[in-house]
Amino acid sequence: MAGLKIENVTKTFGDFDALSNVSLDVANGEFVAVLGPSGCGKTTLLRLVAGFEQVNKGTITVGGKVMSDSKLNVPPEQRRVGIVFQNYALWPHMTVSENVGYSLKVAKVEKTERERRISEALALVDLQGYGDRRPANLSGGQRQRVALARCLVSAPSLVLFDEPLANLDVHLRASMEDEFASFHKRTGTTIIYITHDQAEAMALADRIAVMDRGHLVQFATPRELYEQPATPMVASFIAQGMVLPAKVLTAEAGGQCKVEVLGQEAVFRCRAGQAVTGDAKVCIRAADIIPATNGGIEVTIKRSIYRGGGSRIEAVAGDETQELHFDLADPKRLAEGETTRITITSGWVIPEANV
Amino acid sequence: MIISGEKRRGADTALIAGVAIIVAVLSIVPMLRLAFEIVMPQGSFSAAPLRTALSGSATWTATWHSLQVGIGGTLLAVVLGTTVALLVSLTNVRGRSSFVLLYVVPLLIAPQVTALAWLQLFGPASPFLKLIGMAPALGSKNPLYSTTGIIALLGVQYGPLVFLMVRAGLRKLPRELVEAALSSGAGRWTVLRTIIIPLMTPSIIGATALAFVSCVGNFGIPAFLGIPAGYLVLPTLIYQRLAGGGPAVLSEVAVLSMLIGLIAMAGILAQDYASRRRDYRIASTSLPAAPFELGRWRPLAETAMWMLIVIVLVLPIVGLFLTSLVAAYGVPLSMKTVTLANYAFVLFEHAAAKRAFFNSFGLSIAAAAFAVLVAVPLGYLITWRKRWWTNFLNLSAELPYALPGVVLAIASLLLFLKPLPVIGLQIYNTIWIILYAYLARFLVLALRPTISGLHQIDRSLEEAAQVAGAGLIRRMRTIVFPLVAPATLAGGVLIFMTAFSELTVSALLWASGSETIGVVIFSFEQGGDSNYAAAISTLTIVVIFALMLLTNLFARSLPNGVLPWRD
Ligand SMILES: Nc1ncnc2c1ncn2[C@@H]1O[C@H](COP(=O)(O)OP(=O)(O)O)[C@@H](O)[C@H]1O
Ligand SMILES: [Mg+2]
Repeated sequence: MAGLKIENVTKTFGDFDALSNVSLDVANGEFVAVLGPSGCGKTTLLRLVAGFEQVNKGTITVGGKVMSDSKLNVPPEQRRVGIVFQNYALWPHMTVSENVGYSLKVAKVEKTERERRISEALALVDLQGYGDRRPANLSGGQRQRVALARCLVSAPSLVLFDEPLANLDVHLRASMEDEFASFHKRTGTTIIYITHDQAEAMALADRIAVMDRGHLVQFATPRELYEQPATPMVASFIAQGMVLPAKVLTAEAGGQCKVEVLGQEAVFRCRAGQAVTGDAKVCIRAADIIPATNGGIEVTIKRSIYRGGGSRIEAVAGDETQELHFDLADPKRLAEGETTRITITSGWVIPEANV
Repeated sequence: MIISGEKRRGADTALIAGVAIIVAVLSIVPMLRLAFEIVMPQGSFSAAPLRTALSGSATWTATWHSLQVGIGGTLLAVVLGTTVALLVSLTNVRGRSSFVLLYVVPLLIAPQVTALAWLQLFGPASPFLKLIGMAPALGSKNPLYSTTGIIALLGVQYGPLVFLMVRAGLRKLPRELVEAALSSGAGRWTVLRTIIIPLMTPSIIGATALAFVSCVGNFGIPAFLGIPAGYLVLPTLIYQRLAGGGPAVLSEVAVLSMLIGLIAMAGILAQDYASRRRDYRIASTSLPAAPFELGRWRPLAETAMWMLIVIVLVLPIVGLFLTSLVAAYGVPLSMKTVTLANYAFVLFEHAAAKRAFFNSFGLSIAAAAFAVLVAVPLGYLITWRKRWWTNFLNLSAELPYALPGVVLAIASLLLFLKPLPVIGLQIYNTIWIILYAYLARFLVLALRPTISGLHQIDRSLEEAAQVAGAGLIRRMRTIVFPLVAPATLAGGVLIFMTAFSELTVSALLWASGSETIGVVIFSFEQGGDSNYAAAISTLTIVVIFALMLLTNLFARSLPNGVLPWRD
């Protein structure tokens, strides 16, 4: 087991910056999710950590040893890093046992010891008795578990997952999520888990690194990402936050400040040292919007989606440009085209509004 | 850590260097040697050989003949192959896979065997025509000894080549494109004319170029049909010059071989130009279109298909077989005259023929085994370790096969005429020079299926082994090779079949003691011993057919399109 330190890593393909100046410090035993839309550079980051690609700038350190910098690149076969590939990458010409035992054979582990460790690894993923099967004769979830056992068997310092659930159906996903979580608890391995699904990341990770177009935009706990997104991208990517233009009327005091949003004044949470500005952005959640008792902001209903026990309302405010959504508990209803008045009770002033 | 990192780079470098050296020695060195001979014949600047070669009227007659039969044969092959491909791929004819199996056979039978078979079928001595009482008078001219005869046989030989390429194109045609046209109200002929044929132009153009290169480079058919009639094409002209003049005329025939190389190149470049003018790339992939119902025309179409098989395959082979059963030229076949003496003679008595079986068998096995061993690391570099120069490796490996066989043969002669420098090894006039040429020429036949196999395998399978700690050599052995082995081995089988009765290259390189089966068939036929030639030819056909059926048994583990005869 080991920590992972990524410092100022830049990776370019031709003249395209796939990663720009990314830094990430992962503690020993931590479960970190790397989250971002497709094409933002997640897989590239993982391949750099594994050693399949060489960094252009910066360093990658695993367990205190420098693995990559612009001059050095320890080859993947010597990094002791385990990977669970998105498509599992099980070798079709080998049995389950041969797949799992491959790295031990490479390391010339003696036969009885090897067999003991193979059956241990298979037991860990609940696949005892499947050793003689071929990958082709397994279900999707079982293949996933073989891939997991294969990467565990050599006790890697670090395990990397590249969107491991993207190929599974919804039901299997939930049970595999549980399995990953309990796997992490049991083994205490440091895990880097790549995904584009924010719900998956929130459910599993100790901390989440949110990436956007090759940049690391925020690295924080799931709760912090939800409550205090650093940029408009994080705000809207995590749990569909609404990002609205606003004016900050008073400087921060006790973690709060007064803002004007959609012509209405309210008290919002904000980062220490937030200054007065006319050009701010705020993040609000559906729960921050309630029907107005008096005054409030007039909105026009665009759509009402019944969600069982209540409805998700999509509406526009202002000059029909600002889209909002909020929940309306039964038995109240709003139909398309109706207007209503709402109040924004709370929200978060996005600190880096203009990136 | 740093040291072991360098060790890995060491294995990488060794692999890349090894493969690059092999490709260079087999492809780039001989071609450079040939080019050098043309610029500096026999080591000094001189335009004399160039002048001699290009001023002789024989050169230009042969060039004209090459173009004549090249273009004629190509047209016939394209018309035949495309029609058959459309019929087999787009309609609901029955018995498709057995038809494909049989239709592709002419491609796998050596051209000189095809030529011999047809000659035996139509000649005045034809036991077959005698059996059915239609033989022309003895001494009358065989109609195949003519331009038309050569063109007809080239069309028969390479029609299947066009068929395979067009059929592969048709298989990729997404059915939505056809269905969209049908639902816009287009009739079937309109769909064929306005959608299918236009989309197939890249395949048809590619197949045309390949057929053209094969036709102008063909030696066996014009050798058997043209030489007796005094009708020479460039490859047979080169053969005659060399047979008459020996190494002294090498500089001059080098010019001739360049000429044929240029004609072949022109064909390839024309294809490149034609296919670049319009972009017909098909982006989507999906299931093939539902076959068109032929309705009451179906029996007619099927009869035509099987008639084609009878004409291009069954009759010639029957003719060949019957000839191999009669004791002497012109003797009619009956229960009294039938004999296996010809087989006994070539298998047990004739020394050169016995040697030839042994030589050809060894050469084909060696060429196939070598190609399989080199194709895997080479294909691996080309597909999974792509760099700017890997494509160049691929092109270099293609070159000795893409150019006509005589070009490579002349280049090999030039390269090995003198003993190798430093080690002083002399392989000229031995079997080793033939082996060298076979290795160079046939490598690509194992490389192509390997590359297409690797393209279908996810690279993460190798990366998973890498993170498991396996070094390059071990990954090659335990992951890459087992995964592509079926495809590569199928290529090896193809090499064996092609090399087993090869003639073009060995006709120019053989010496007493290093005869190949192709050479012995050729010599027997030239000496008038058609019965012996027919007996050996029949045996090669049996070997080829047995191999085809045998590999079919393993075909299920192969990627699509690796075995040409399997539909
Ligand atoms: N080998 C490569 N060569 C060129 N561009 C690449 C290469 N690998 C990735 N990219 C580009 O880098 C960007 C990030 O890719 P990737 O890391 O795979 O994204 P993600 O995994 O987040 O979807 C993409 O725009 C992709 O096209
Ligand atoms: Mg990815």
